[in-house]
Amino acid sequence: MPGFDFSNHSRNAALHARGVPLPKATSTGTTIVGCLYNAGKEDAGVVIAADTRATSGPIVADKNCEKLHYIAPQIWCAGAGTAADTEFTTAIISSNLELHSLSTGRKPRVVTCMTLLKQHLFKYQGHVGAYLVVAGVDPTGAHLFTVHAHGSTDKLPYVTMGSGSLAAMSVFETQWKPDLNKEQAMELCSQAIQAGIFNDLGSGSNVDLAVITKDKTTLHRGYLKPNERSQKLKNYKFQRGTTAVLNEKIIKKDEIGKYVSVEPLPAGTETMDVDP
Amino acid sequence: MFVTARPFSLLPHLPGGTPPDADAEAEADHPPLTDGGAAVAMVGKDCVAIACDLRLGLQALTVSNNFPKIFQYGDVFLGLTGLATDVATVSDLFRFKVNMYRLREERNIAPATFANLVSSSLYEKRFGPYFVSPVVAGLEPKTGKPFICGFDSIGCIDFAKDFIVSGTASEQLFGMCESLWEPDLGPEDLFETISQALLNAVDRDALSGWGAHVYIIEKDKVTKRLLKGRQD
Repeated sequence: MPGFDFSNHSRNAALHARGVPLPKATSTGTTIVGCLYNAGKEDAGVVIAADTRATSGPIVADKNCEKLHYIAPQIWCAGAGTAADTEFTTAIISSNLELHSLSTGRKPRVVTCMTLLKQHLFKYQGHVGAYLVVAGVDPTGAHLFTVHAHGSTDKLPYVTMGSGSLAAMSVFETQWKPDLNKEQAMELCSQAIQAGIFNDLGSGSNVDLAVITKDKTTLHRGYLKPNERSQKLKNYKFQRGTTAVLNEKIIKKDEIGKYVSVEPLPAGTETMDVDP
Repeated sequence: MFVTARPFSLLPHLPGGTPPDADAEAEADHPPLTDGGAAVAMVGKDCVAIACDLRLGLQALTVSNNFPKIFQYGDVFLGLTGLATDVATVSDLFRFKVNMYRLREERNIAPATFANLVSSSLYEKRFGPYFVSPVVAGLEPKTGKPFICGFDSIGCIDFAKDFIVSGTASEQLFGMCESLWEPDLGPEDLFETISQALLNAVDRDALSGWGAHVYIIEKDKVTKRLLKGRQD
């Protein structure tokens, strides 16, 4: 059940040797940051933030993607690197952590999450290109880690990752001080992301931000939108009939019986209701 | 292991045997071997559109001008560009998976569910991917809300509220869509917008074109049109 399917690997190596270009993966040439606040106090918490640009080479593939990933109600991850890897690595660790929490009957801990992540990534020797900021609050307090694709980890009061990490770290290194409160930590993180958005080409668009306290997590999707597209003054609407059509076929739902032999169930007779 | 493999008969101009430094040779002397093709999806008001070109080629040689890249699975539409052998394989794989889903669940697959099926199927082959970049379009069955999304070849989903492009003309399509697309286009206007975006994009791509298929998907009706395009 677990693991990857390598069945196309040798074919792809042969194709590549004959000049087929390897497909470009979407990467999140990203700025992600995290910052602890009220450290060691009763109301300790942690803030993580990310930009929202996804790139494929020099092309902006997605202008508003989500880089803040759910792990557990009080544990969240910010992801940089290969977009598919950050998405699926966080999803599988989220799943394993939920099972672990159910089996032990305890709330999941941030160290546990970090350990599962590093063991998973180390196993793949850096080929799973997920670079993560792990943050959360558990019964032992507020925690903040970074996990690199090769499996190394750090535990620091403020962290940055991705191609915009230098721009973001310059903000932390000049502005950070001990004993920040929640509002100050949120402002500092959003400033750090903005440094990435405006100074790093791999980062752009909006600021997403999540605040994790001992009671709850608040996800601010689109916390700041400093790059909104202005309304077009005119449009390029085409006159109807501009496009030359050689052939047209219209299939209507109520005439579907002409094409297939299966009749749809009448409304209200469905036995299951599982769609969200 | 691959170095001694016989060259593919489908790749005629390449010399027999693989040179010692195959990678550098491929990058330096040959243009990338690609079958060509383009696909695009757009959101409209209570409707979605998906379109593709019809060319199948081996580099500069056009082999077919009737190779559609859009596949229908119940109420969901999938556009597949990339390596033609994988377009065929992957479209058949999803036909199988969607048929199994329908037998199990006794209902059609929803676009969002299908998107997650595509994503996890592609990521399973993370270290030996299919060379395809899929595009999904459809209307959510309960709400009738338009749904489109795109993927990279290893299954990272790009949820877009406006349009998705893929294929060898993707850069041209990005430019066309970014300027032509606007919110809340009705089915007739959406057809003109997506058709002109695709037609003009593929005219600036040597590897795509030769006619196009456009699907306009509405709540109780699907309109499929064959477009007249340049044949050069």
